[in-house]
Amino acid sequence: MNKLTIPRVNEHMYHEQLDNGLDVFLYPKEEVEKTFAIFSTKYGSIDQTFTPLNSSEMTTVPDGIAHFLEHKMFEKEDGDVFQHFSERGASANAFTSFTQTAYLFSSTSEVKENVETLLDFVQDPYFTEETVEKEKGIIEQEIKMYDDQADWRLFFGTIGSMFENHPVRVDIAGTVDSIYSITHEDLYTCYETFYHPSNMQLFVIGNFDLEEMRKLIHDNQDKKSFKAQSEIKREFGSEKEQVYQKEEIIHMPVNTPKCMVGIKEKPDHLQRDVLLKNDLVRDMLLDLYFSKSGYYYEELYQEGLVIESLRLELVLEDSFGFSAIGASTMKPKGFGQKVKEMLLNMKESPIEQTDFDRAKKKKYGELLREFNNLEGTANNFIQYHQQGIDYRDIFEVLENLTLDDVNQIVSEWIDEDRISVCMIVPEGE
Amino acid sequence: MQTLIDHQVEYHDYLLHLIPTKKFKTNTISLKFSSPIERESVTERALIPFVLQKGSTKYPSERELRLKLDDLYGAKFSINSSKKGENHVITFTLDIPNEKFIQGEDELFQKGIEFLHEVATNPKHDGESFDPEIVNKEKETLENKIKSIIDEKMQYANMRLIDEMCKDEKFGIRSHGYLEDLDSIDPKALYRRYQQMVKQDRLDIYIVGDIDDEKTKSIVESIFHMDRQPFVELNGPNVKEAPEVKDLTEKQKIQQAKLHLGYRTGIAYSDERYPALQVFNGIFGGFPHSKLFINVREKHSLAYYAASRFESHKGLLFVFSGIAPEKYDQAKKIIMQQHEHIKNGEITEQELEQTKKAVIHQLKETIDRSRGIIEWYYQQVIGGKEYTNQEMVEQIEAVTKDDVIAVANQVHLDTVYFLTAEDGGVANE
Repeated sequence: MNKLTIPRVNEHMYHEQLDNGLDVFLYPKEEVEKTFAIFSTKYGSIDQTFTPLNSSEMTTVPDGIAHFLEHKMFEKEDGDVFQHFSERGASANAFTSFTQTAYLFSSTSEVKENVETLLDFVQDPYFTEETVEKEKGIIEQEIKMYDDQADWRLFFGTIGSMFENHPVRVDIAGTVDSIYSITHEDLYTCYETFYHPSNMQLFVIGNFDLEEMRKLIHDNQDKKSFKAQSEIKREFGSEKEQVYQKEEIIHMPVNTPKCMVGIKEKPDHLQRDVLLKNDLVRDMLLDLYFSKSGYYYEELYQEGLVIESLRLELVLEDSFGFSAIGASTMKPKGFGQKVKEMLLNMKESPIEQTDFDRAKKKKYGELLREFNNLEGTANNFIQYHQQGIDYRDIFEVLENLTLDDVNQIVSEWIDEDRISVCMIVPEGE
Repeated sequence: MQTLIDHQVEYHDYLLHLIPTKKFKTNTISLKFSSPIERESVTERALIPFVLQKGSTKYPSERELRLKLDDLYGAKFSINSSKKGENHVITFTLDIPNEKFIQGEDELFQKGIEFLHEVATNPKHDGESFDPEIVNKEKETLENKIKSIIDEKMQYANMRLIDEMCKDEKFGIRSHGYLEDLDSIDPKALYRRYQQMVKQDRLDIYIVGDIDDEKTKSIVESIFHMDRQPFVELNGPNVKEAPEVKDLTEKQKIQQAKLHLGYRTGIAYSDERYPALQVFNGIFGGFPHSKLFINVREKHSLAYYAASRFESHKGLLFVFSGIAPEKYDQAKKIIMQQHEHIKNGEITEQELEQTKKAVIHQLKETIDRSRGIIEWYYQQVIGGKEYTNQEMVEQIEAVTKDDVIAVANQVHLDTVYFLTAEDGGVANE
């Protein structure tokens, strides 16, 4: 195993890639009570068109299938896997994002047994026609619950206004119609393609013995055989640089309107060699301009364009990227217009050195704080690893960052035709 | 398991709690001001956190205040109000990076304490009044926040359930205040209310982190001179028996209905049956293995969520479920049956053991978070009983099946609240 030190927090972790291709990260921390483990595949809601294992032709599967598959992984011939974690007092869960599906648990006793269960249940699919049918009612309820949530609708409305063809525009859970068309054969096709160990990572962090854990994982994986897999080809459709629609209005039975302004990224800002820096700088920029200490927040608040705080979103992946600024507001139109103006104005008013230095201190403190949280730490490492990036580099990127770098990025970040505005307004308005 | 120590230092006007641990890269400091909740003062008290965050004497605008926090390496700061039993608590929390991890900084902690002292004791004011402009603006913000609760259906349903269930009790008072009070609040009266809080409330100060007790204590002592005369007696547990069951239905334009049930447990924090109550709640609806989740969601696919949660200082327990509107009768019947099953002792050995493990796991997870540690200890202040984490674990381990059955028979349904679709859900099919 390679020892990877993280000097800024005086800690270290270990990494190795097993023969079957699985990336294993072990991060022992003896001062905490619990252990958190996450087993993740680089497969999310956007991966709908791809070449299945042992096939050379592209296929397209129904919307929401990655999330559906996530639900079904927990059910086995002899019952629900949750049960095995619960019996040991552990809490297990899973999530599906645009680009990954992850299975996880946290536990404070019988950690090794739980890791074994985690590896085994994810590597042993059991889908039947009957179990797939039964799940549809549950997922339908989940979709409807999200449909009632204005913040969720706002977020997806904004994405849908930015992207015309890229599958990021589709709700992660799919639609009630799309999930009813999913079959157990579809699930196997996706499973066999994306759940190969060479497309997956295991991250264990917390209170455990390094050597014992390493041996357990090796023994577990050595017992299983996997066919060698060639690289998975994925297709995301052709997407132009401009936003799809400059404005989107959603009517909902809400009292308080909402608005979100989205900034679509240019593809060349998403290249692997600049992604970490671009991610870090955008995060700092959103903060420098729109946080409560930012250049613009006070004006928005004083003009009554925002009720309390702003919601700042940032997603940069290799096939798509966007930032978004949203709020609950009694004046959604005014908010959208003002924020758009502000964004277009940023180029004209460069950032001051003192503000930049303070923003660097703030970001440094935030990076330290993230290491308080086992889940966040594991997620950061996995997410960047899936994009070919070592998350530890972030400290160095931050320390080397100059004001000129940032002003350079500001000048290229935003164009008018890459901005869209989405609003949630009460019905009848 | 490591035993945490709450090293208490008693001053004439506050109680300092020092809780050293090496778990975190930051230090967390909380000030908790508490007094009995009263209908006539609650809206003013709910407004105070909003006003205080808009500026102090030294940092006269929200932006200046936030810039100071950025300068303290992105210290995170919030003020909020909440209800603990029949008391109203205003909490100031600062989470500041530990200077051990920052080269060339050795007074960060002290600066953090100075900041908290400034914001809590030197608000922006003019003689005997807050700044009227700020107060008016914040009244508007609070008004908007109260009005937007109805858009968060789960939160709204909880609030309405408690409104109706505890109509004639202090616990029924809403901790975020009431719309109809806002008009008459003036900046002078609000300032008086603030002074009353800062001078007369009970005050607890918590410090959690990798700290040296003696050094920390002397820093706090040197900064916190507040000229306080606290005389407040907090409300103790005011446990009531359930009268006849009340049934209420409310209709809105929603897709997913919320069925929430309120019970009286008769058991508060200091009660010797409190550990058994935790286990009962775990068997009933606290976990994914609980009877509610298994039966309402898994067996009958009736709900996306179905869970229970207990309240520690008033002796209440709540069941939450999100269901299709037409499934009301069936869902209610199944929920009530699960309670009956526990009363009748239909609890397997495995259910009991795994629930105890899960409750213990939850406690250990709580004390892996700094705010979790503070909340865990503050329960003891409000609840009037002290345990170490080790003792709590031992008491949960000792709970027997008979203890759980006894608790189940002590828990009585009080109110059934149903938030459903205006059209009965038919149009959604």
